[in-house]
Amino acid sequence: MDFAIRTEKLGRTYKIRGGKKSEPRTLLALNDINLEVYPGELFGLLGPNGAGKTTLIKILTTLLAPTEGYAWVAGFNVAKEPEKVRPRINMVSGGESSGYGLLTVRENLWMFSQFYGLSSTVANRNIKHLLEVVGLSDRINAKSSDLSTGLRQKMNIVRGFMTDPDVLFLDEPTLGLDVGASREVRHFIRSWVDDDPTRTLLLTTHYMVEADELCDRVAIINQGRVLACDTPSNLKRNLQQDAIFHLEVSAFNGTLNASRFEGLPGVCNVTHSPQDGFEALDLILEEEQALAGVVNTLTESNIRLLNLQKNEPTLEDVFVKLVGQSMEEVEQKGDERES
Amino acid sequence: MNVNHDPRSTTQMLPQDATQTVAAGRLTKNSGWKLHLQTVIARAYPRVVGQQREKSWMFFDILLPMLAVSAYVFVYRAIQAPEDYIGFVVVGGAMTAFWMNVLWSMSSQLYWEKEQGNLALFIMSPSSMMAILLGMALGGLFATTLRAIAIILLGSVFFNVRYAVTSFTQLFAVFFLAMVALYGLGMVAASFYLLLSREAWHISNLAQEPIYLFSGFYFPVKNFSFWVSAAASIIPLTLGLDAMRQLVFKTGPSLGFISVPLEITVLAILSVIFIFSARLMLAYMERLSIREGRLTDSRR
Repeated sequence: MDFAIRTEKLGRTYKIRGGKKSEPRTLLALNDINLEVYPGELFGLLGPNGAGKTTLIKILTTLLAPTEGYAWVAGFNVAKEPEKVRPRINMVSGGESSGYGLLTVRENLWMFSQFYGLSSTVANRNIKHLLEVVGLSDRINAKSSDLSTGLRQKMNIVRGFMTDPDVLFLDEPTLGLDVGASREVRHFIRSWVDDDPTRTLLLTTHYMVEADELCDRVAIINQGRVLACDTPSNLKRNLQQDAIFHLEVSAFNGTLNASRFEGLPGVCNVTHSPQDGFEALDLILEEEQALAGVVNTLTESNIRLLNLQKNEPTLEDVFVKLVGQSMEEVEQKGDERES
Repeated sequence: MNVNHDPRSTTQMLPQDATQTVAAGRLTKNSGWKLHLQTVIARAYPRVVGQQREKSWMFFDILLPMLAVSAYVFVYRAIQAPEDYIGFVVVGGAMTAFWMNVLWSMSSQLYWEKEQGNLALFIMSPSSMMAILLGMALGGLFATTLRAIAIILLGSVFFNVRYAVTSFTQLFAVFFLAMVALYGLGMVAASFYLLLSREAWHISNLAQEPIYLFSGFYFPVKNFSFWVSAAASIIPLTLGLDAMRQLVFKTGPSLGFISVPLEITVLAILSVIFIFSARLMLAYMERLSIREGRLTDSRR
């Protein structure tokens, strides 16, 4: 079977230069990544910031050499045959500020289309059409420096789609977009893939809902490793036998530590997030009966149960089950390490 | 844009031909020399068209250099220097525009493109970086020629400069070769600056005024010793300017550094060396950047 994207034991290590006194150190950004993405598939890479998603995209788009393993895009080795990969791909990153502010939206897009060898007639037709699709046609002659972040991102999205690549990479494409614009972009992304079975789209996101809504298959990635790869429904189905509860309880005020729940029988994961005046607990339990132990612990500590809700599993729950922490917690810890 | 709340069935809710244009039999894309040419033109476009939209260039690129030219003109008149020296200064003032362009808009450009996020898109595209740089150079050359012509016209009118062109063919050859060599040097520097990253800014600052001095922008370079002038000739504008002055002013040949044919030969050699070096440097920079992951690591 021909794959649109395939990686085999792919790895990337960065050498980080130390200061004058410190030794250089290495950072393992990707480790033993094995992925197979089929033509016509909308494939999602889901993981927190710093998980390695962008590094993987950089390798697949020929911008970064792998230090271990191999990767093929559209059948060509990205490290050895970049000149064959490049005409077949395009990429859009969230929050990018590419192009030139003195040029209009149309001129910027036309310029990038020329780098892919599109004739001006076809380029202008596609630009006009895609700008209509993303709702930016009224700004076609506006200088790109006059666009808001969201409108600029829409322009970038048009830039990626207008060359009709075989494989399109979208790195956090809805970053910086408001809710409505994100929804419109997601709709267009899905329709673009559905419209032609030879098109493949790889999307990275750290928005669970985006991955769940859009992707045919999702790989959950953390600390440079793929932890699971399947359809969103299959990933969630593995949690079906678990009971997932959301509890809101009165403030702990030092009488209780959330880690105490983790030692209770039948409790798989606990995510604790203090709120304004109350505490929120998200629990993954092996079975519903385990909830009794949680409630007893709350009662013993004079904590009142304010709200109890049983939830259907989400990709967030899948991530928590795999990593042991929520994506938010992983990102917070990553930020703390960096600071 | 129409919105459908079920993302799995959006096609029918989008405008009917929402994705048809790009889907129509997949697009035909040029490659080879056609792609190269398209890239050159497209990358030149922002400079040929976009840069003219910011009208402040008339002040910064024409009036400010004219002030420096005026200062030298008044000094030469005060000391009663030969009248052709006035013309030397005007031509030199016009040529400073090219040096400024190469320094700030050519050499530093790849670094700024990286910071802007464009460089990754250039490299990821099927076009060659050489075509991108060539487009950048030609666009810059065009825009700067407009500025240089404006300085020459204004300077000639204000200070009553008299020209006596001996050979238009040689003048064209000198200008053409000086520009090829100069922008070739800019292309080499662009790769070099990219490797230096932020330090490049200091090099540009450092290179600006000394080159004005050693390349003889405001006086004949012959006033230096032979070896200083020879060393300064590594900057193509030194010989280009000297040859042009010899060709357009009556007293030019007597104040020239070396003969015009020899200067044309050296400029031709410099052109080949710089363009060839640019190609090598660019390939090296691309390889190194991809290996080390520097291409997309801007500080934004």
